[in-house]
Amino acid sequence: MSTDTSDAVSATGSPNAKMTARDVSVFYGDKQAINSVSIDVDRDNVTAFIGPSGCGKSTFLRTLNRMNDTIPSARVEGEIKLDGEDIYASAMDVVQLRARVGMVFQKPNPFPKSIYDNVAYGPKIHGLADNKGEMDTIVERSLKRAGLWEEVKDRLTDSGTALSGGQQQRLCIARAIAVDPEVILMDEPCSALDPIATAKIEELIHELRGRYAIVIVTHNMQQAARVSQRTAFFHLGTLVEYGLTTDIFTNPRETRTKDYITGRYG
Amino acid sequence: MNTGMDHTVKAFDDELSELRGMISEMGGRSEQALVQAMDALARHDLDLADRVIAGDKAIDALEAEVEKRVVQVMALRAPMADDLREMVAALKIAGVVERIGDYGKNIAKRVHRMSEGRSSEAVALLQSMAEIAGEMVHDVLDAFAARDADVAVQVCERDQAVDDFYNSIFRTLVTFMMENPRNIGESAHLMFVAKNIERIGDHATNVAEMVYYAVTGDRLPERERGDSPTDAAKG
Repeated sequence: MSTDTSDAVSATGSPNAKMTARDVSVFYGDKQAINSVSIDVDRDNVTAFIGPSGCGKSTFLRTLNRMNDTIPSARVEGEIKLDGEDIYASAMDVVQLRARVGMVFQKPNPFPKSIYDNVAYGPKIHGLADNKGEMDTIVERSLKRAGLWEEVKDRLTDSGTALSGGQQQRLCIARAIAVDPEVILMDEPCSALDPIATAKIEELIHELRGRYAIVIVTHNMQQAARVSQRTAFFHLGTLVEYGLTTDIFTNPRETRTKDYITGRYG
Repeated sequence: MNTGMDHTVKAFDDELSELRGMISEMGGRSEQALVQAMDALARHDLDLADRVIAGDKAIDALEAEVEKRVVQVMALRAPMADDLREMVAALKIAGVVERIGDYGKNIAKRVHRMSEGRSSEAVALLQSMAEIAGEMVHDVLDAFAARDADVAVQVCERDQAVDDFYNSIFRTLVTFMMENPRNIGESAHLMFVAKNIERIGDHATNVAEMVYYAVTGDRLPERERGDSPTDAAKG
């Protein structure tokens, strides 16, 4: 639960902001998917984005590490900063940005390589290890932080794709952690997993909190309630309400938020 | 509390309305227990008193059923926001209303131990006091059913009148006992009746606070709550 004592959280102006978005709009061709969203992502907290399908929560998440750059028709307006640095500035190295702002996707997507190589891939291309010993240390530390080490330490040369779905997702988290990111974005990381694997990921999110700023998009409101300290509700491309998770789920201020979380949405 | 919009899952709405119905029924039975117990006391009607005592079992059974249903809804529907607050309120209100029923039963039990043909001033005061407390119970359960925070606040404000009656009855009975020690047994019973009614007023106030929370999501401001009886009359 939150350590915050204040009753409400405004969407912007947090002294603890890791990332700040101001008046961000996203267009796919002529269609506007996000309409002037301003929000701060806290350094020490897990922030959940919730909302019905097509509300723009995933689109907005992807603006935070410029994943939308890969879609030719996508256009982003407004300003997004990481520790005060404009991530859409021309001087920003996108590869470097995505190392600082890592991402975990809905469907686990390990490379068709060994478990070891999956984790070592990022540190290798970013030149984070000078020798095999250093790389071994990074791989072990990342797998441990991802809660997977005990299950795979004796078979690091097995293919990553041979793991179970839940293990594959934790491998993907280990891969994201390996490059020592500052922010981890998770786009429905548990929607393809069974309840036990989901619980392990949720426990992992809890353990990673504080070390990394975490933003999670989830369709599962119970999950948002369980893992996050801040919740943002998106609807039709706008940010409807942002606040302490405890407030959003017990006493939301906006009717649209309440109708959605109580299952009255349209 | 809600926007009038139904849940996407209609069965959830059905479960909620059944629960509200059970709470209303509990409230109706508890209020009736108080009214009939006071009637039995005034007319020394032992049969009526026995019916009140026997009727308490139905209230207890309803409480158990409400508890079971709330747990089911929480487990199966995972209610959120106003739905969640309403479930928590329903659970707590059922417990409090059951207590109100117990106080009615306790008054009915005393009818057997008291003699016929009293006409003390205290008995008349007790009837008026019970009327207000009974209305508080009635109105606060209406407030729950209608999700009306304003009515809940009004109920809280009326608790002061019940407390004033209690203080007045306390003084009357003490005077009566001092005048003639043979009145002490009878008066002591009436003192407990007064205390029971005073507690019913307090419980109605508690329910009002829960209704206010369920509707608004906020705690009822302290100044809106009724005060307790003065220390002099605290039993």
